[in-house]
Amino acid sequence: MKQDLNLSALRTEWFGNVRRDLLAGLVVALALIPEAIAFSIIAGVDPKVGLYASFCIAVVTAFFGGRPGMISAATGAMALLMVSLVKDHGLQYLLAATVLTGVIQILAGLFKLGDLMRFVSRSVVIGFVNALAILIFMAQLPEFKGQGWPMYAMVAAGLTIIYVLPRFTRAVPSPLVCIVVLTAFAMVSGLPFRTVGDMGELPSNLPAFFLPDVPFNWETLRIILPYSIPLAVVGLLESLMTSTIVDDLTDTPSAKNRECSGQGLANIVAGCFGGMAGCAMIGQSVINVKSGGRGRFSTFVAGVALLILIVVLGKWVKQIPMAALVAVMIMVSIGTFNWASFRNFAVYPASSSIVMVATVLVVVFTHNLALGVGVGVLLSALFFAHKVSRFVAVESALSPKGEERTYTVRGQLFFVTAGRFGDAFDFREVVEKVRIDVGPAHFWDLSAINALDRVVLKFRREGTAVEITGMNAASQTLVTRLAKHDKPGALDNLGGH
Amino acid sequence: MPIILACTDGSSYAPSVYDHSAWAARRLGARVHVLHLLDAHRESPALMDYTGTIGLNAQANLMQELVETEQALGRAAQSKGRIVLTAARQRLETAGLTDIVADQKHGSLLEGIAEFEGEADLVVLGKRGEAAAVDPHHLGGNLERVIRSCHHPVLVTPLTFEPIERMLIAFDGGPSARKAIEFAVASPLLKGIDCHLLTTGRVDDDARWFLGEAAEKLRVAGIDATTHAHGGDPESVIAESVETIGAQLLVMGAYGHSRIRQFIVGSTTTTMVRTCPVPVLLFR
Repeated sequence: MKQDLNLSALRTEWFGNVRRDLLAGLVVALALIPEAIAFSIIAGVDPKVGLYASFCIAVVTAFFGGRPGMISAATGAMALLMVSLVKDHGLQYLLAATVLTGVIQILAGLFKLGDLMRFVSRSVVIGFVNALAILIFMAQLPEFKGQGWPMYAMVAAGLTIIYVLPRFTRAVPSPLVCIVVLTAFAMVSGLPFRTVGDMGELPSNLPAFFLPDVPFNWETLRIILPYSIPLAVVGLLESLMTSTIVDDLTDTPSAKNRECSGQGLANIVAGCFGGMAGCAMIGQSVINVKSGGRGRFSTFVAGVALLILIVVLGKWVKQIPMAALVAVMIMVSIGTFNWASFRNFAVYPASSSIVMVATVLVVVFTHNLALGVGVGVLLSALFFAHKVSRFVAVESALSPKGEERTYTVRGQLFFVTAGRFGDAFDFREVVEKVRIDVGPAHFWDLSAINALDRVVLKFRREGTAVEITGMNAASQTLVTRLAKHDKPGALDNLGGH
Repeated sequence: MPIILACTDGSSYAPSVYDHSAWAARRLGARVHVLHLLDAHRESPALMDYTGTIGLNAQANLMQELVETEQALGRAAQSKGRIVLTAARQRLETAGLTDIVADQKHGSLLEGIAEFEGEADLVVLGKRGEAAAVDPHHLGGNLERVIRSCHHPVLVTPLTFEPIERMLIAFDGGPSARKAIEFAVASPLLKGIDCHLLTTGRVDDDARWFLGEAAEKLRVAGIDATTHAHGGDPESVIAESVETIGAQLLVMGAYGHSRIRQFIVGSTTTTMVRTCPVPVLLFR
């Protein structure tokens, strides 16, 4: 039965939308060429490394990814992480790091780490996306250095074509027109523009299988592991975020853990065919969905068409002026940035905005998206702990005859609230009996139990009988395991932790 | 009370689905549950834009655009669905039924069947669906998956309803064919219909013995079955027999073989349902 459903689902995922998937895949392939080249240049490798990577990753994720219709290829987020590895150790170590990244991602998929995405809050995601856009934009700035006004003019003309042309026709990709027009202009005018050909070698044939040429020893592992771990983390983060975006846009579900393994396999294949590590691309996936791509076929077409175009058109691709690529990348960064976040400063709670801004700042200053997300997640957790801690209250009532006081404790008791809980009791009042009703409360950790201990034992030392009522089962287990007040000899070792 | 699940999509096969449901409901004293599914087909989008650009707030804008177009399509589909269900109710009421439930659900036919099939005793489906006019030789894309997913008998209807006076039970001795015999014995649905029992494929002593056993079972239940044993290619023998006997209903077990075998040699069930001009009652 399950098998039947899988087979039919597979057919829908691949061939449910063939014609539009084909067209969307072609649009994406055309948009991928400048990006793959630009990201190779960011990473400091030949354009062919990014192009081979984009081909391998797109094709492998088409088969093994968890999100049909999502585009994965060589990306800026990943390229930024490998700059110093390439500079210090060269391409072969990058390829080895790419394979190791894939292995780590497959393990993440097997251990279902994709589920951890739920700890990454909405604010962190927006921060990540904005930081990514800023980094892509900043990576374009060195291209202007020492180029003079013709470069600025070319980029401005390129951006004009990209944004104005769609007002007249939606049938041709305007970034492609921008590239064609600027290339033609550069060739005809004969001005000395820097071109893609100046940036390194372009592919002239299909990628070939070879293992990275590095010694297989601990020394190599020591070099590549510090790169592979952040690469794996960032790759999975961006892929899972993108798959959520595509889920929302297309109103269809995806398999998150399968996506992790799919990305891993794609990176292993890329590394073995001379490509750099990559992941899902937010911008390209949006372009794909916008162009009507929904199925796995669109991703597959994007990869294959990219390679065919680049091998066939290599001679022309070499002539593309860098200005055209820069214009396209500026469009990508503008499209990726979440512009609503400026407006939302006024609307969102301050804590959300702080998390978002902190994520952006950490990323922009360290150029490490993984670190930024880590800080964002940590801050979100602290803010959450703080918010929850505000919902702790201790109320008390004296019995009519004045010999018994009942304290009612509400809320979540854990390390943040333990101190406030302890201070809420009046130890100077003389009563025969104190009843502590913890029905509406929950004890979460050692600090909370410790605070309860201290309250109970302190009352006892004053000669007051203490009764605790209404404790829920989960809290009770913790008390049985950790508390001192309910064990014999409790009065002797009341510590002041 | 037994329940008949009548799946409709408002296509040219829908009236026949209602007629067959009405026939079965009268025989079983059942309630008819008409189900219309709003399958949004998210795998093929309503929006296309080949500009390849992503402008300011690309994602948010695209989301809004998609929601707006799909909302319009969804509303249109809903009102079409209401018309389909009203037509279904009218036709069933004209056929003299009173106990009718009609509703719409979001999702694919397969999901709808999975949700409601549990409480139904018989599922009625058209041979082909909305795409019938486009691709007349291909079996309704959903049909095979639905039949495979059903635990109850499925009645697959042709374009028109003919009064059913004679039926042919294609009997291969397999578990699903035995189920068909048990159903014929126990259920009032097939009572009083002139019954012919056919075995085909490789007709050996075993096959004859099984055939005799099945006929005996039917006879005990008061159904006199004429038995036929014709060796040969099951598809063509069954099709020919339906014609020569003049049966208005074919009863058979469905998908006795594995998916792999079916992939290689094809499925008798799918061929029969596709080519047979009479309704087919299938058992899994």
